[in-house]
Amino acid sequence: MSELRAQLAEWRAAFEERVPRWWNRALAILLLVVGVIFPFLTGSSSGLLNGAIIAVAYAVMSLGLNVVVGMAGLLDLGYVAFYALGAYSMGWFGSEFFAKLNIHVLVSPVAGQLPGIHLNFVLILIASVVVCAVAGMIIGLPTLRLRGDYIAIVTLAFGEIIGVIAVNGQSVSLGNGMTLTAGNLGISAVDPPYFPISRAFSLLDERPWYWLIFGILLIVLFVNLRIRDSRLGRAWVALREDEVAAVSMGIPLVKTKMLAYAIGAAFGGMAGAFFGAYYTTVNAGQFQFGFSIFILAMVIIGGLGSIWGAVLGGLLLGLINNYLIPDVLNDLPSKFGLHFQLTSVEFGIFGFLLVIVMVLRPQGLLPERRRKLEFTSDLVTTTDTQLAEPSATSGGVI
Amino acid sequence: MTTLPAPNDAVAPAEPFILSAQRITKRFGGLLAVDDVSFDIPERSIVSLIGPNGAGKTTYFNMLTGLYRPTEGRILFDGRNITRARPDIITARGVARTFQNIRLFGALTAIENVMIGHHARMRAGVFGAVLRPPWVQREEKETRERARDLLTYVGVKERDHDRLATQLAYGDQRRVEIARALASSPKLLLLDEPTAGMNPRESGVLTDFMRALRDDLKLTILLIEHDMKVVMGVSERITVLDHGRKIAEGDPAEVRANPAVIEAYLGKEG
Repeated sequence: MSELRAQLAEWRAAFEERVPRWWNRALAILLLVVGVIFPFLTGSSSGLLNGAIIAVAYAVMSLGLNVVVGMAGLLDLGYVAFYALGAYSMGWFGSEFFAKLNIHVLVSPVAGQLPGIHLNFVLILIASVVVCAVAGMIIGLPTLRLRGDYIAIVTLAFGEIIGVIAVNGQSVSLGNGMTLTAGNLGISAVDPPYFPISRAFSLLDERPWYWLIFGILLIVLFVNLRIRDSRLGRAWVALREDEVAAVSMGIPLVKTKMLAYAIGAAFGGMAGAFFGAYYTTVNAGQFQFGFSIFILAMVIIGGLGSIWGAVLGGLLLGLINNYLIPDVLNDLPSKFGLHFQLTSVEFGIFGFLLVIVMVLRPQGLLPERRRKLEFTSDLVTTTDTQLAEPSATSGGVI
Repeated sequence: MTTLPAPNDAVAPAEPFILSAQRITKRFGGLLAVDDVSFDIPERSIVSLIGPNGAGKTTYFNMLTGLYRPTEGRILFDGRNITRARPDIITARGVARTFQNIRLFGALTAIENVMIGHHARMRAGVFGAVLRPPWVQREEKETRERARDLLTYVGVKERDHDRLATQLAYGDQRRVEIARALASSPKLLLLDEPTAGMNPRESGVLTDFMRALRDDLKLTILLIEHDMKVVMGVSERITVLDHGRKIAEGDPAEVRANPAVIEAYLGKEG
C-alpha cells in the first residue's frame, strides 16, 4: 500500500515537473470560462441550474468558514448565525417588512412603489458584510481566551441563540407595529436584485442569479487568495500552529483573531444575503444547527485551510444536496422496491461521504499547499538525514 | 539618559542597562516560582541565567517576554516600563526569544517562519493585503529577501529555505528559530537553552555565533543554559537561581567559586 502510494507520488512529482509554469493560470482561466458559460449548457430554469446556484453560494460560505476554521484554526460551530444575519439584512433592507417606513435607494421602478425599506442589492450586500463582521467580532470576543473544543461550544451556543432570536423575533416589538423578524412565517417577497444594465431577475430565467452569485464567488475567492499570501494570512497560520510562539513573535492575538472572525463572518453574510433574495423569503426555520455542520463538512472534505478545497467542497456538497439527490437519484430506492425517498436520508449520505473521505484522503480533496508539502515532500527528505514527519499531525511542537 | 519614570525604591539603575528587572516575584497559586529577584542586563553584553531544573529560569524568561505577568516588581526595557505589556508589544519594542523546546510553525516553510518574525515591523493590514498597492508589494518582497538573508546568515542552506520548518534537521530548526527571533530586529535576544540536544562541537559553533551576533548586530543576549562550558565560555555575567531565589551573581570565575552555587548543583557536603 505504501509502495503504491510512493509510486503514485513519484509519478505525480514527475508530472508536475513537466507541466509548464502557466499551467495553473491556464487551468484557472479554463475554470472561469466554464463557470461563465455554464448556464447556457443547462436550461434557463432547470434543476441543474438551480442546484448550481445554491452550490456556488455554498462555496462562498465554505470559503468564509475556511478562513475561521481552516486558516486561523478557530473551530466555529455556529456559522449558520451569519447565514441568518446576512439573510435578515436582505429581508430588512429589501422588502415591505418595515412597512411604516418609506426608504428607497436605487431600486427598480416596481420596488420603488412599495412601502418599506428598499435598498439596492449591492448596498444591502455591503450592509450584510458590515452587520456580519460586527457580529462575528462580538461572537469572537468571549472565545479569545479559549482554545479548541471550548471555542466550538461557545460558537455553537451563539449559533443557537441567533436561531432562537430569529424564531422569537416576531414578538420583539420595534415600535409602530413593527417587529424584529417574522419568525417561522418568514419575511416574504424580498426584492429581486436590480441592475439597470442586466436583464430581470426572476424565477423564469435563473441565469442572472447564477452570474450574480458566480461574481460574488470570484470576489470572495480573490480576497481569500490575496489574504492567504499576506502578512495577515501568515499570522493566522502561525496562531493556528502555536499561539504562544506566535504572540512571542509579535503577532497581536486579539486583533488577528478578531479579523479572522470578522472576515469569515462577512463572507457568510454575503451568501446569506444572496439566499434571502434568491429564495424571496427569510424564514427562521432555515437557520438550523445542522447547517453549520453542513458547511463545516464542505470545508473538511475540500481540505481544511485550502481555498480551492473549500470551493470544491462547497460546490460538490451543494450539487449533491440540491441536484443529485433530489432531482436525479431521489427515486432510486423505489427501483429496489424500497418505500422511502433518498432525500429523507440525505444526512446519512453526507455522513457516509465524510467518513469515506476521512478514511481515504484525510487531508481533504484539495489539500492546502503547505499541507501538501507535508504529505509529498517525504520523497525529497528520505535522502536526507532527517526523517519526514509521518502524516497530517502538524502540531509543530515537540 | 535618565528618562526613567520615578523609581519607587532605591534600585533604579544608574548604568546604561538595556533591561532592568526589579524585585520580581511570581506566584502560581501557593507556589512561589520566582522570589524577589532583581536582575540587570548591561547593553551589548552576554549574560546568563543558570540554575538547577525548576529553579524558575523559564518562568523568569516568560515574564520578561510578557507571557506571564509578575505578581510583584517591575521590568524596565530600554528605559520604558514593560511590566504589564502584551507579548507582541514587547516584541515590537525590541525583545525577541527562542524556546527551550523548538516551537516553529509546522505548516510554514523555513522562510515563512522567519517572515512571521518580521510581523511587528510590517504595516500591511486587510486592505493592504487585498488591494496590494506598490508599498505592500515592496514590503512583502523586502521581508522575504531579509528572511532569506537571515537564514543564510544563521547557516541554513539555500535549498532548505522553502522546505517545511519541521522537516529540517534538528540543528537547522534551532537555526531557523534564531533567525525568526532576529527577524524582529531585536535589541535584546533571549535564548532558552539553545544548545539543548547539540553535541560539543555544535555547541562550540553556537558559542562563537553568539559572540558574532552581539558584535555584528549590536545585540544584547540573555542566555538560559545548562551546558557549563558554553555558559562559562561566553557569559560576561552570570546570575544563578535556585528555588526561585537569586543565590549568586557575578563573572564566571566568581560564580564558579561561589559555595552556594556548588551546593545548589552538587548538594551539600557531609
